Amino acid sequence: MSVANKQAICNVLMKRAKTDKDIVVLCSDSRGSGSMVDFAEKYPEQFVEVGIAEQNLVSIAAGLAACGKKAIAVSPACFLSTRSMEQIKVDVAYSRTNVMLLGISGGVSYGALGMTHHSTSDIAALGSIPGMRLYLPSDRLQAEKLTEALLEDGEPAYVRVGRNAVEDVYEEDALPFEMNKATVLREGQDLAIIACGEMVLAAKRAGQALEKQGIHAKVIDMYCVKPMDEEAVMGAARTGRIITVEEHSFYGGLGSMVCQLTAAKSPCKVVNLTLPDTPVITGSSREIFDHYGLNAEHIVRVAKRMLEK
Amino acid sequence: MNTVKDLERKACEIRMDTIKLVYTAGCGHIGGDMSETEALVALYYKYMNCNPDRADDPDRDRFILSKGHSVETLYCILADKGYFDREELMSTYCRYESRFIGHPNNKIPGVEMNSGSLGHGLPVAVGMALAGKMDRKDYRVYTVMGDGELAEGSVWEGAMAAGHYKLDNLCAIVDRNRLQISGTTEEVMSQRNLEERFMSFGWNVLSVQGNHMASIDGALAVAGESVGRPTVIIANTVKGWGVSFMEDNASWHHKVFNGEQYEQAMAELQDRRAKLL
Repeated sequence: MSVANKQAICNVLMKRAKTDKDIVVLCSDSRGSGSMVDFAEKYPEQFVEVGIAEQNLVSIAAGLAACGKKAIAVSPACFLSTRSMEQIKVDVAYSRTNVMLLGISGGVSYGALGMTHHSTSDIAALGSIPGMRLYLPSDRLQAEKLTEALLEDGEPAYVRVGRNAVEDVYEEDALPFEMNKATVLREGQDLAIIACGEMVLAAKRAGQALEKQGIHAKVIDMYCVKPMDEEAVMGAARTGRIITVEEHSFYGGLGSMVCQLTAAKSPCKVVNLTLPDTPVITGSSREIFDHYGLNAEHIVRVAKRMLEK
Repeated sequence: MNTVKDLERKACEIRMDTIKLVYTAGCGHIGGDMSETEALVALYYKYMNCNPDRADDPDRDRFILSKGHSVETLYCILADKGYFDREELMSTYCRYESRFIGHPNNKIPGVEMNSGSLGHGLPVAVGMALAGKMDRKDYRVYTVMGDGELAEGSVWEGAMAAGHYKLDNLCAIVDRNRLQISGTTEEVMSQRNLEERFMSFGWNVLSVQGNHMASIDGALAVAGESVGRPTVIIANTVKGWGVSFMEDNASWHHKVFNGEQYEQAMAELQDRRAKLL
């Protein structure tokens, strides 16, 4: 099945809002792109439109949360994560308000629209804020479980999802989900691939392709980028070789964080597959991924190169 | 404590506590503390439904000090009302490992939200007021902003939303002391037509002498009657008000007293208090 993660999240919110009147969704003229039109129509009394004002979006969400609401602030990840960073730092993380920041059309989802619309610094920016948690679910099933967990725990969180429909990584009714614990998709001793968000599918496929060539790769879905599952990273480090894969720029993302952990606790060879530290080429998100090697084929090439050395 | 004279006496006492706090700690934003005192005293001792024994009461009125640097006045009021121990505040404010940070922090009982970065209080207050409307609760939401703070664009995002949603349970107070850290607001970034600007966003606008207790008292009463519009009280104040050598002097934004200045400031306020007994 192929469903956009944002739609999966909206479905959970629609279901839960029927009985939980404290759920409030806020949009910044983004209800269409956020798949929240149905929510706004069905629950107008639990929906707040703030207009094109992302700073206001986050502060108002924090004010609602401070008065007992479960506020979900929905806006394109590019604007939400860095334009509102100050509000996220002060009103959400520092004030510890129950706000779920839902960054939609994350990474390079907007493709040819260019760097203004890309969010490839969000992990670096928001991950550096004390008390801010970051989640990048890989498919609709995980996105649903994550949303349900976040609606219960009452703590600030940033969730980044892409714009397009993504194929299922997991099987329905057989999703191993534990909050803040990475999911091991495949066990292996030769090397480990750690991915987050919609790069997990590419990592999974790379693991399958490597297996066919007799290379046993451990594949880890690190949907919980922060707090990162250190135990899972240490498990990966025991293979001696790690490839990280993420839809983020080179500095400060999943790869950097994995390197920090391994360098301090279990040094091993790590290769970070990321977007470059430059504005990316023009193209669809798929073309951008292929151009920079964020696909299964390139992961396989890198894995074999690492094993040759 | 409902008469203007009672409130004036309390304002005088809070000023003395605030000066003592800043002098003892050796830091603070005393100029803005002094200019905002009447507004905070009127709110906490007459208008706001708040009680330290029920600090989490869902029906309490909410207050956000958007100009968070003037936290000393707020802390002195909260201590006086019994939210925490006054001596702990006096002896630990801004000291190593103290819970009393130099800007409001919601780990302190009575503080609703962390502030200090300007331009946050009004948008957060909009969220609180919206929550009150959603839940059909009667509580009111207040925020005090500085006039220099109004250069922050986020203030106007919040003002726009408050007018749009007709948040008559929201009252913003602008401490219009006309001075900021680099000089006069008119030199740094002029705040022309302030009343008209808020009016154009759909606000009920009141402009009063902000260090005149009867005026601020009257304005808060009028604000409570507004229907369908949020209220802003432009409190025309004097920075450093209450202490002769500090008044209308930008250098007292965050200057610290020497011993002689401290004695003089306290003597002036004691004289004033004596006249109010």
